[in-house]
Amino acid sequence: MEIEFKFHLNGKECSVKTDPRRPLLEVLREDLALTGSKYGCGEGQCRACTVLIDGSPAPSCVTAVSTVQNRQVQTIEGLAEDGRLHPVQQAFIDEDAMQCGYCVPGMILTATGLLNRNSNPSRGEIIEAMNGNLCRCCGYGNIVKAVEHAARLVKERSSR
Amino acid sequence: MNRDLESIRNEFPELERYELREGPSYQFELSRREFAQVLGTGILISLAGQSIFAQGANGSRQTDGADRLHIDTSGIVTVMTSKVDVGQGSRTQITQAAAEELRLPVSRVRLVMADSALVPDDGGTAGSRTTPATIPTIRKACAAARELLLEMALREFRSENSSIEVRDGVVIDPATNKEFGYTDLAKRDDLNVALGKRARSDVAITRVENWSVLGRPTPQVGGEAIVTGRHQYPSDIQRPGMIYAKVLRPPGYGSKLISIELSGAESMAGVTALRDGDFVGFAASTSARAEEARMAVAGTAKWETAEHPSSDNLYEYLRDHSSTGGSRGGRSGGAAKGSVPDGLAASKKVLRASFPIAYIQHAPMEPRAAVAEWQNGNITVWTGSQQPARVRGELSAAFRITTDQVRVIVPDTGGGFGGKHTGEVAVEAARLALAAKRPVSLRWTREEEFTWAYFRPAGVIDIAAGLGDDGSIVAWEHINFNSGGSAIATPYEIPNTRAESKSCDSPLREGSYRALASTANVFARESFMDELALASGSDPLAFRLRHLPKDRLRTVLEAAAERFNWSARREKLKGSETRGIGLACGTEKGSYAAACVEIEVDAKAGRYRVLEICEAFECGAIQNPLNLRKQVEGCIIQGLGGALQEEIRFANGRILNPRFSDYSVPRFKDVPLIETVLVNRPDLPSVGAGETPIVPVAPAIANALAVATGARIRSMPIRDGVFRSV
Repeated sequence: MEIEFKFHLNGKECSVKTDPRRPLLEVLREDLALTGSKYGCGEGQCRACTVLIDGSPAPSCVTAVSTVQNRQVQTIEGLAEDGRLHPVQQAFIDEDAMQCGYCVPGMILTATGLLNRNSNPSRGEIIEAMNGNLCRCCGYGNIVKAVEHAARLVKERSSR
Repeated sequence: MNRDLESIRNEFPELERYELREGPSYQFELSRREFAQVLGTGILISLAGQSIFAQGANGSRQTDGADRLHIDTSGIVTVMTSKVDVGQGSRTQITQAAAEELRLPVSRVRLVMADSALVPDDGGTAGSRTTPATIPTIRKACAAARELLLEMALREFRSENSSIEVRDGVVIDPATNKEFGYTDLAKRDDLNVALGKRARSDVAITRVENWSVLGRPTPQVGGEAIVTGRHQYPSDIQRPGMIYAKVLRPPGYGSKLISIELSGAESMAGVTALRDGDFVGFAASTSARAEEARMAVAGTAKWETAEHPSSDNLYEYLRDHSSTGGSRGGRSGGAAKGSVPDGLAASKKVLRASFPIAYIQHAPMEPRAAVAEWQNGNITVWTGSQQPARVRGELSAAFRITTDQVRVIVPDTGGGFGGKHTGEVAVEAARLALAAKRPVSLRWTREEEFTWAYFRPAGVIDIAAGLGDDGSIVAWEHINFNSGGSAIATPYEIPNTRAESKSCDSPLREGSYRALASTANVFARESFMDELALASGSDPLAFRLRHLPKDRLRTVLEAAAERFNWSARREKLKGSETRGIGLACGTEKGSYAAACVEIEVDAKAGRYRVLEICEAFECGAIQNPLNLRKQVEGCIIQGLGGALQEEIRFANGRILNPRFSDYSVPRFKDVPLIETVLVNRPDLPSVGAGETPIVPVAPAIANALAVATGARIRSMPIRDGVFRSV
């Protein structure tokens, strides 16, 4: 049975008519052509599908689309503003924190969620927050550096 | 397909053992039934045999498939190669290599990878061959283009000044300040006439001491597309009218479909349901809808199941199913020296041990995926594969069409590690696209990837060795059941040696993996070296150095030991029951790796944890230190998975742990302190670095555990009834 849903997607109102049980990830990718969120496991174990729901990271592969009704959803496509990379995106480039890059959108959104609630995380807090995200190229070292660097960039930008 | 396998074999004989040699994945019961890519105006430079051709891009192609470079009128140079980037950094490194020879910044070089309609055949992406084989080829082509620019500039200037050089893509005449650059070259339509043919061998590539782009830390090309989510992986390709597919898989290995009633799916609006031989697939406007169709009829399928062994008695099974007297290709050893029986008979002490190695899965972040689109009997497939030519062959065979009718494009893909050498998903998507008459996207689920892709081979390795009166090794025998021959020959100086790689009937489908069998062979050898060192009362480092010639392996071993401060730490930890250090080294594919590790043991709980890994690695002249460090660190951490926890379990034809919640791979919290020592050898040719750094990780850990606990664990993963990693 199809139902019409409304939610805010990357700052704009969005409406889809679909089966409410479908994973948010599939609706983003197949109905809305936003393929930046990746499928990796379908059980919330790898977090390549991470999006921000009301500012907090969530695995969209195990999130039914019905649960985001009237909420704010942010995907990797909505992170840069006016063509300017978000500090976390910039930090991943600066630290060369990518290999195949398939995990990177999920990593960036998880890190963004962390910085949303803790602007000055310790290395231990970063590792704790990121531990749900898998990188099979195993580029964890540069990713941790990127998140640390991102925290500095956020601070710099907000102090300007 | 045979030709492709042949070319793979010629290119890299060690792969032979590993390369899956299977027929097409499906026998379809089918009725028998361009280079139009616009690169813009400019010129194409082709290499055919020993000659270079340059021609207008709009002209007809004389040398199909040999075009290497395109220079457009805005001065962007496009380089073409059949290599793929699955995260190992080939795109960045090939771009650097081209930029170096063209005398251009990296930003003015564009790389087209693995599009069969556009690129010349450099073979597949395997065996660490891109750096030693493809990069030199591309450098020569780019150097030829640079020379062409120079020659045309001199003609233009009517100058014979031999000291004029290309800088930043431009030649400047010092006498007149006139400029001639790639943009000018691209506008010339008289190149064929002007040039004729030129021998390729007379082009000089840039010497290492003159490198200005190669050798420099160069961040990943295409990084912005990745961090913005804009890059389209094979899973992300969108085509007009595209629909999504699901496949009905057999309940276990060897199961045959007897019958299925498809009407329950066929009656669903907008659903394509198809059975063709053993293949059953569904396509619809969404994956959910295709899944609904699959579930609607899955229960009606009748299967004939087959007996299948269990992982519980895997190692006995492999021994019982080995072929006698031989090896199945590859580096099977063969380098026998002296007489092992005589050497063992003359030994003061003889030790024997067996090392079981589990099957593991590559588990790349992106499972297999393909988009297939038919047009007038020709097919285009976008898919993630390290062997696009093989995929093309599989499609051609499955649909009984010529390879000219098949275009395979490999967008930069979400991980490979040797696990994506096949084209099943492309064939499946193509079959459904043919039935649905629309482009079809098929993405395997993680469970499908864990079950129906292939595995790194399991194996059992038997080693026997004898120590002489002076404590040196006098005889060494190394026999590998099933897991392969890479790095099976010992690098140590031993008078009597024999190595053999036996092939067995593998219960699971198996194929390549990062570093192939060398991980297993080095694990067994380096573990056993420590056992021998202990038996002879020697320091493991000194014992190895005693048997190693003065060569590159010795150099990295010494480099790792020095950085790790091996001797002092060994002294300090003597007698410790909670800490232990271990080391190991190995060589494969022309590169050299050595690692020292420290672990911490909680003997009461039976748990241990890796605290620190220090690895030295040498692969000739370093082309990109940033990418090299990523590869070495990636190998170390991925290697921790196979060393500590990864193991595929199976029974009754099913994989018992086909998901990340059951199959544990390294995460952020598992990463120890890592130190890498990149040994640069500008005097030596550059070779690949994406594989070999994995080999010393596991044995160094097993050796550290043995030092700390006295318990020698000879299996990979390194765990037993008493000890396992945290």
